[in-house]
Amino acid sequence: MGYVAAKGGTQAIEQAEQLVQYYRLRGGSEPIQIRQIQDQFRLAVDKVMGEGSLYSPFHAALALKQAEGDTIEAVLLLRAFRSTCPRTRVSVVAGTSEMHVHRRISAAFQDVPGGQILGPTVDYTQRLLNFSLCEEDGDHVRRFVAQYLADLPAGELGEPPSFPKVVDILKREGLLAASNGAGAAPEEPPYDITRAPLVFPAPRSARLQALARGETGGVLALAYSSMRGYGDIHPTVGELRVGTVPLRIPHPAGGPAVFIGRVLVTEAEVVAFFDGTSGPGAPMFTLGYGLCFGHNELKAIAMAVLDRTMNAAVPKAPAENEEFVLSHIDPIESSGFAAHWKLPHYVTFQADIDRLRSAQRHAQPRDGIRRAGG
Amino acid sequence: MRAADLLVARRSGYNFAFLDEHSKREVRRALLKAVAIPGHQVPFAPRELPIALGWGTGGLQITLSLIGPRDVLKVIDQGSDDSVNAVNLRRLITRTTGVRTTTDTRRATIIQTRHRVPEESLRADQVLVFQVPYPEPLRRVEPSDVQTRRMHAEQDYSRLWVYLYEDIVRWGDVTIPHRYPVRVHGRYVMDPSPIPRWDVPKLHRSPTLGLFGAGREKRVYAIPPHTRVEPLEFDDHPFRVEDFGGERCRRCGSGRSFLSAIYDRATGRRYYVCSDTDYCERRIAGGAAQRAAAP
Repeated sequence: MGYVAAKGGTQAIEQAEQLVQYYRLRGGSEPIQIRQIQDQFRLAVDKVMGEGSLYSPFHAALALKQAEGDTIEAVLLLRAFRSTCPRTRVSVVAGTSEMHVHRRISAAFQDVPGGQILGPTVDYTQRLLNFSLCEEDGDHVRRFVAQYLADLPAGELGEPPSFPKVVDILKREGLLAASNGAGAAPEEPPYDITRAPLVFPAPRSARLQALARGETGGVLALAYSSMRGYGDIHPTVGELRVGTVPLRIPHPAGGPAVFIGRVLVTEAEVVAFFDGTSGPGAPMFTLGYGLCFGHNELKAIAMAVLDRTMNAAVPKAPAENEEFVLSHIDPIESSGFAAHWKLPHYVTFQADIDRLRSAQRHAQPRDGIRRAGG
Repeated sequence: MRAADLLVARRSGYNFAFLDEHSKREVRRALLKAVAIPGHQVPFAPRELPIALGWGTGGLQITLSLIGPRDVLKVIDQGSDDSVNAVNLRRLITRTTGVRTTTDTRRATIIQTRHRVPEESLRADQVLVFQVPYPEPLRRVEPSDVQTRRMHAEQDYSRLWVYLYEDIVRWGDVTIPHRYPVRVHGRYVMDPSPIPRWDVPKLHRSPTLGLFGAGREKRVYAIPPHTRVEPLEFDDHPFRVEDFGGERCRRCGSGRSFLSAIYDRATGRRYYVCSDTDYCERRIAGGAAQRAAAP
């Protein structure tokens, strides 16, 4: 190499990189294993997979370890890794009615076909710091798991059940509009915002993809703004499901689609009060739809709310404006740009000062008058 | 072995210039369209890079899509080759391409820059790649992309003109310090990236191809060689570049380059140096050579 461009900057970066490693390791505790993160930081892994839009618990856990638990940094790592993965196949449309349900609730009806299944949730627990976890060791873990499984009634651990969808009942009874009006008809190939730019107005598949990849906190904040009163669609959780959905790919030789595995997803269907946006004819409830990788209920609910708010014919609130929503929820767009202000801005700031001085010179005579008068 | 070598395992598993060839071709296709319609923003689907968005990923994808093994690369930030982010971007490009790098503006075939146009006149066999945070010059008057696209299509720049007019009424001059809107080839109004006004005249009829990449905002645009690039100005309020009040670079003595203010660590006094470090170094070296040649 003839020319080596860098001088001090390279050293500074290398030192900083080593210092990060040192800060992560200086405590001297045992290094955390990827498997432990996958098992015990389940929800963080799911969040990173969803926002990173790559379904791989292993890679998400590795990213979390590398990022020292910073989910947004982990998402950046995962997204960059994703860029290097060739896309060899596209699955056929997955049906969530085939979901093996781990958890399933409806806030719309007391009882629904299949029943309410609380599943693994902390919703109805008291959020007290559990100090007994400080004492937890391998022995406790093995004893608990063995005891839990022994106590289960026979057959409980069999294949999880699949159920009809709650919203299908509403559709059958003519209370719910058949489909969310906006955007692409289902038979069109869905838009892919990782292969084509997101431009506005966006087809609904692009909207849903952007929401599904959106940062949980960002999606939640915008959905909350609508619930609180900056626009209100008056949502009811028709159904919230967590479970695994089978994925299939077309058979290369044209046979029946080939099963390739299951992905854990969270799905929310939010029923919005009627307000005349369901189209011509009798008024009907309308639906907002949310689906994301992994177990992330707030994300799915917030996504469903935003899917519905963005259908407003005339946007009146930020959460109803698709440009506003979709341009500001991506974790690595927002975090990257917010962080970039740390970069040097010497040149632009110098130009800022030049303009300020010019404006000050212009203001001086008037200022003098004011001072004389006051 | 140094600890730093332990940290950075050589990643040989990546394609030349990181991106796969299809993605690169996609970017080049968008660039061809951008060159054909000077100043027009062309949407493209950026890939996620191992660099945070907002840190030069737009420019980086252009460079990665264009670079070949025989290119000589220069990366600057604020005019400096040694700025940490410039170093980091250069490291990624060289790590995945092995191309030669230089700080010498004259030797580079591709110059990726943030916030500056080099002081040195550029040539036709060079490409200048700009990192762009805000591609939309109308953003300061209209937040919606749907609206700004319509305004560009209809060549409706009236609101921007009114903005400039009101600025003059209120402050005595246009207060836009950088990202000064320019009209390209008499048609599209374009954001020249956050270069100071000082650099805007260098874009006019430049023999060098200028390519602009905004990764986060998913747009590329271009100024082809020898294209008219005119800052928006009124006849009675001509566009003006920065005024350094007669200050000169403390290192090389230049009074004809964009200067950065520096506050002395010990005394707190302000002095100025060239923001373009290569230009400054060369002047210093030239001065030393002249002194050495003198009897």
